[in-house]
Amino acid sequence: MLRYLTLRIAQSIVTVLLVTMIIFVIIRLIGDPTHLMLPPEATEADRELLRQQMGLSDPVAVQYWRYLLQLLHGDMGMSYRFSLPALDVVLGRIGPTLLLTCTSLAIGILVGVPLGVASAVRPDGWIDFVAKAIALFGQAAPPFFFGLIFVLVFAVQLRWLPTSGYGGPQYLIMPAIALGWYSAAGLMRLTRSNMMEVLTSEYVRMARIKGVPERVVVYKHALKNAALPVLTFASLQFGILMGGAVSIESVFAWPGMGKLILDSIANLDYAVVQAAVTVSALMFTAINLAVDLLYAYIDPRIRYA
Amino acid sequence: MSDLLRVENLTTWLATESGIITAVDDVSFSVRPGRALALVGESGSGKSMTCSSIMRLLPASGHIAGGRVLFEGEDLLAKSPAEMEAIRGRKIGMIVQDPMTSLNPLFDVEDQVGEVFRYHLGDRSRRARRPKVLDVLSRVQIPAAEKRLGSYPHEFSGGMRQRVAIALNIACAPKLLIADEPTTALDVTVQQQILALLRDLQRETGMAIILVTHDLHTVQRFCDEVAIMYAGRIVEQGPVAEIFARPAHPYTEGLLRALPQLGGQEDRLPLIPGQPPSLASLPAGCRFAPRCRRATDLCRTEYPDWMATAGETRRSACWYADEVLG
Repeated sequence: MLRYLTLRIAQSIVTVLLVTMIIFVIIRLIGDPTHLMLPPEATEADRELLRQQMGLSDPVAVQYWRYLLQLLHGDMGMSYRFSLPALDVVLGRIGPTLLLTCTSLAIGILVGVPLGVASAVRPDGWIDFVAKAIALFGQAAPPFFFGLIFVLVFAVQLRWLPTSGYGGPQYLIMPAIALGWYSAAGLMRLTRSNMMEVLTSEYVRMARIKGVPERVVVYKHALKNAALPVLTFASLQFGILMGGAVSIESVFAWPGMGKLILDSIANLDYAVVQAAVTVSALMFTAINLAVDLLYAYIDPRIRYA
Repeated sequence: MSDLLRVENLTTWLATESGIITAVDDVSFSVRPGRALALVGESGSGKSMTCSSIMRLLPASGHIAGGRVLFEGEDLLAKSPAEMEAIRGRKIGMIVQDPMTSLNPLFDVEDQVGEVFRYHLGDRSRRARRPKVLDVLSRVQIPAAEKRLGSYPHEFSGGMRQRVAIALNIACAPKLLIADEPTTALDVTVQQQILALLRDLQRETGMAIILVTHDLHTVQRFCDEVAIMYAGRIVEQGPVAEIFARPAHPYTEGLLRALPQLGGQEDRLPLIPGQPPSLASLPAGCRFAPRCRRATDLCRTEYPDWMATAGETRRSACWYADEVLG
């Protein structure tokens, strides 16, 4: 178990390093921020001087090495746009994004998994029909499209909810449902197909042979087995939702990381982009690691492997 | 002595890609307390479907179309799902072919065996169940049972898993144990151990056993009665010793002749020619007629009635039973 844990942590570190390296190189291929930082009438010599001050004239490998050394001290560089440490800028915006993605994921799990179970227990029943419709819509259109429809119906026409902004729970409802619907669809379908398969397994049959009540057969014997792939899928959903949040944040003027990353790329604010991506990658790998450990907790075959 | 289980005219349909087939066709037999009945037949002859129908645990594509399953005088087919839950695992146990897949991989042995006590005897606490779990594990001869309580199925060998499966099925001292090819997936040496265990348990508890198998040697050593199935129907049934000595159906005759004899001279076994018919396209008359060397026009057009042969204890579904009997 300890070996497994060490191995997984080492893998996570390598993953994060690779992600930071890729974003570090790519952002430098997009453009040169000195054009944006200096007025148009500045000379090439001025820009060269600024590049040297910012360390941008060194080879990329040298810059990356310097970045890694700083990273060890928790320093992710300065944002030239905000004149603040890039990490502080990112951390200031991470709260709203986490709130949005976590709420969406919770909606996805709380709607998708029970619907999946119910429709697997009675395939072609009315719950199955409703669930299939929900899944179809959820996967047919991107979340921001539902966001726009929601705004039109519930904010503009019915005036039940504010069109956009950040504050109390009334601001969270529409963006979270628009984003969570997509997850609910995938989770429902995966739960349904896994449950269908597990419910025909020999060990579920044996549980019935034992005379265990049907609800225990479904929720204990079958669901625990069907939950394993669903868990993995849900953790991947977290990353997908963080990505989906970018468009949803734009629709609802949600002051999160998605909007920050978009603006920072447009302004070639290298430090902020790097910091945002690094922090996201860290969170994502941390969640994957946690899920892997949870997996080992649930499945004894992994625990002792 | 009255029958513990009496199956009357049981008919089970199964929806398949080639249409609805009658997997179990008008099957009747009975089992007396403490006796062992063998259900013998080739794959697809309806043995397992018969067992699943008795347990009311058919796959979603299966449907019991008719008949009665009288257990202690009550028709199981008329019971509610909740009543069946109370009977399964308590009065009727069943072990299945593959112990590698019949135990839940995510729960330890104590949990899986303990569930029987929990749901049938109402023992809610794990602590209260433990002595009973240990007792039943030692009865199926799992060594150092107290050390294996927290073990998971993947930590056991196939034979040990089958012992666990037997343990949770005899835990409530059922009157009837259905063993659906309990040794097919096991090594030959382990097969003998499992059969010996079943026999010991039967002597100890006096439970009746239905043993589904295609191994005639096992039938001979283990069972009192035998019912031979062919293409969904029982073709011959009666006491094992009599049927093995003097079969009254050409199919039984063929099966027995195909048994390798110790010290036998022939290097080739006389197999029954041909294949069993597909249940989707059965011949009009006797289903065995196309493979039968005795078949006449009568056999090919009309399914034979039950012929009582050699007294009232055995029956054969062959027009020429008396001739086969010799």
